[in-house]
Amino acid sequence: MYIAGFRYRGLTMAVPANVLALGMVSLVTDVSSEMVTAVLPYYAVLVLGLSPLAYGLLDGLYFGVTAVVRLAAGHAADRWQRRKLVAGLGYALSAVCKLGLMAAGGSVGLLGAVVAADRTGKGLRTAPRDALISLSAAPETQGQAFGVHRAMDTVGAFLGPLAAFAVLGATGAYDVVFVVSFAIAVFGVVLLVLYVREQPSAVTPVPRVRPRVGLALLREPRFRRICLLAAALGLVTVSDPFVYLLLQKGTGIAPEHFPLLPLGTAAVYLLLAVPVGRLADRWGRIPVFMLGHLALVGVYALLGGGAPYWLVLAMFGLFYAATDGVLMAAAGPLLPAHLRTSGLALLQTGQAVARMLSSIMYGAAWTFFGPVPGLVVMGAGIVACLGFWKVVR
Amino acid sequence: MRKALILAVTLLVLGGGALFYAVRAARVAPAQEAAFDLAKPGQIVVRDHASGLVRGSRTRCERFATASGTGVCLVTEVAKTYAVVVDRTMKEIRRLHIAGIPSRARVSPSGRMISWTVFVTGDSYNKGGFSTWTGILDNRTGYAITNMEEIPLTKDGRRYFSADVNYWGVTFARDDNRFYATVSTRGRTYLVEGDYGRWQARVLRENAECPSLSPDGRRLVFKKLMPGGAWRLHGLDLATMEETPLAERAAIDDQAAWLDDRTVMYAKGPDVWAVPADGTGSPRLLVANASSPSAVR
Repeated sequence: MYIAGFRYRGLTMAVPANVLALGMVSLVTDVSSEMVTAVLPYYAVLVLGLSPLAYGLLDGLYFGVTAVVRLAAGHAADRWQRRKLVAGLGYALSAVCKLGLMAAGGSVGLLGAVVAADRTGKGLRTAPRDALISLSAAPETQGQAFGVHRAMDTVGAFLGPLAAFAVLGATGAYDVVFVVSFAIAVFGVVLLVLYVREQPSAVTPVPRVRPRVGLALLREPRFRRICLLAAALGLVTVSDPFVYLLLQKGTGIAPEHFPLLPLGTAAVYLLLAVPVGRLADRWGRIPVFMLGHLALVGVYALLGGGAPYWLVLAMFGLFYAATDGVLMAAAGPLLPAHLRTSGLALLQTGQAVARMLSSIMYGAAWTFFGPVPGLVVMGAGIVACLGFWKVVR
Repeated sequence: MRKALILAVTLLVLGGGALFYAVRAARVAPAQEAAFDLAKPGQIVVRDHASGLVRGSRTRCERFATASGTGVCLVTEVAKTYAVVVDRTMKEIRRLHIAGIPSRARVSPSGRMISWTVFVTGDSYNKGGFSTWTGILDNRTGYAITNMEEIPLTKDGRRYFSADVNYWGVTFARDDNRFYATVSTRGRTYLVEGDYGRWQARVLRENAECPSLSPDGRRLVFKKLMPGGAWRLHGLDLATMEETPLAERAAIDDQAAWLDDRTVMYAKGPDVWAVPADGTGSPRLLVANASSPSAVR
C-alpha cells in the first residue's frame, strides 16, 4: 500500500501509491485542460470572430451547473461506493469535450454548451477524487497527501500552456491543439483506470446512503463548523481575476506580461504545497488554514499599498498552499468513510457558491466605490471571521 | 507488467494519432502573386478565412484594414502580438509590439491614423474577467498610444471617473482628428466622440458598439445589443441623431466597414455580407470565406 518515497535531511516522505496515481492523473489532465484554457480565447476571438464582450458572456455560463453536479456526483459516489467510477466519468466527459470544441464549429451557442459540459466534468470528478485521496492516506498524514496531489496538479497547469503554444507554433492550427489535448486527456483516463484503486469502506456492510444522509452530516458539530468557516471566508475572498487586474493597474506591469502573473502564484503554490501540508499535519490543519487567510489579508494590504508584484504573488501563492488542500485534509478525517465524497462535495460547493457571491459583490463595490474600499471591507471580513472562530471554539 | 504494456500501447496509439493529425493539418503557404497592389481602386481587400492571408498576398494577419495605400495587419506569433503597418505593396514599414488577442483594426481615410483593439485575458476561462486595450498610432509622426483608457471622458456634462473603463472599435473621420469609439463601464456600453488633438472624449449615447463612420462622414453604423442578447446593426444619422435598424436580422458581432456611402459590409459566419446602411433592402453575400473587408476608393 505504501511506497517509500525519498529521504531528505532525515525526513521520510512516504506517500500512498494511490495518492501518487491520482496526482499523475491530475497532472496529465491539467496539461490537457490548461492547453485549451490557454488557446480558447484566441480561438473564440480570432477564428470565430467573437468580440470580447461576447466571449465574456460565454465565460460566465457554466457556474450554476457545476454546483448542482458536484453535490449529485458526491451522492452517487457514496451511494454505490464507486468513487473511482464517478471520477472517471468526469475525466472522460471533459476529454470528449476537447473534440466537442472542434465539432462546435462557428456556433457560439454550441461552444458555450461544450464549455459548460467541460465544467460539468470537473464538477463530477473533484469530490470523488478528493475522497479517494482522503481515504488512501492515514489520518495523520492527510495534509502531506493533499500537498503532494496539489503540487503534481500544479505541475500540469504549468506544462499545459507551454504545450499549447508549442503545438500552435509548429502547426498554426487550433484544431491540432484540441486533438492533442484530447489525446492527453484520454491518456489521463487510462492512467486512472489502470493505476487508481477504489478504497473499500472500513464499515461492512456499508449502510444505505440516502440523499438526506449527506445533509445530515452538517449535524456533526466539528464538520459543520468547518463548512461555516469555509463559506464565511469564501464570502470575503476576492477572486483571482480581480487580484491580477489590481496588481496590473497598481504596478503598471506591461500588458504582455499580464498572462504570466498567475504562473507566479502557481510557482509559489507548487513549492509550498508539500511543506505547508506537512506543517499542517504537525501544527493542526485549521490553524494553518487560518494563517493562510492572514496571508490573504496581507495580499489585500500589499495591493492597496502598491507593493512590488513579486511579493504579492508570493503571498497569494502562500494563501493557496495553506488553504486549498489543507481544508480537504482538515475535513476528510471528520467524515465517515462511506460518506466522505458527499461531505467533501458539500464543503466544496458551499465554498464555491460563497466565492461566486463574493465575486459579484466585489465587482459591484469596485464599480461604485473604487478598488480600495472593497479591499478594506473584505480584509476586515477575514479578520472578523478569524476572531469569531477563536471565540466560539 | 500487463498494465505497463497496456500503457505503452495507449501512448503509441494516442501519440501516433495526434502526430498524424498534426502533420496532416500543418498549414501550407500558398504561392505568391506577382502584382499585388493595396491601393488599386475598386477592389475589396479581405483576409482569407481559411489561410489567414490577406487575399492575393503572402502576409498573414488576424485582422487587417487598409485605406489610401496604407494597411495595418494585426498578427499573433505564438502568444506575441504585433501591429504591423504596411505600404501598398505589403512591405512592412513599422512594427509595434502590442499585447493581447487582436480584435479590431482600422485605418483613417487618409491613411494617417491607425487604431486597433486587443483583448487581454489573464486567467483561466473558468474564472472570467477580460480587459480591452485600444491603441492609436499617428503614422506621420510615429507617436503611439498603446492604451487610450486614460483619455479624459465627459458624460452628461461632467468629467467621468471610473477604474473599469474599457475602449474598443475606434473609427476616424476624414480630418484625422475626430473619432468615434465604444466605451464600456459599470456594465454598460456607450458611443463616444473623441478629439485626438485635444485628447478628450464625450459620451454621445448608450448601447452602441463598434461604430464605423461613412466615407462622407455623415452616418455611423454600429451594433446594438438587443433584449435577447444578440447584436443588431443600426445606422445613426449624425445630423438628426435618428437611429435606424438595418435590414440584416441576424446577430452580427463585427465592426462594420463601408463599401460605399450607402452600403456596409461585415463578417457573418465565415463570409463577408453587405446590406444598405439606411434600413432598406436585404443582406447579400459579398465575398465568401473571408473577413476583415476594406473597400479601396
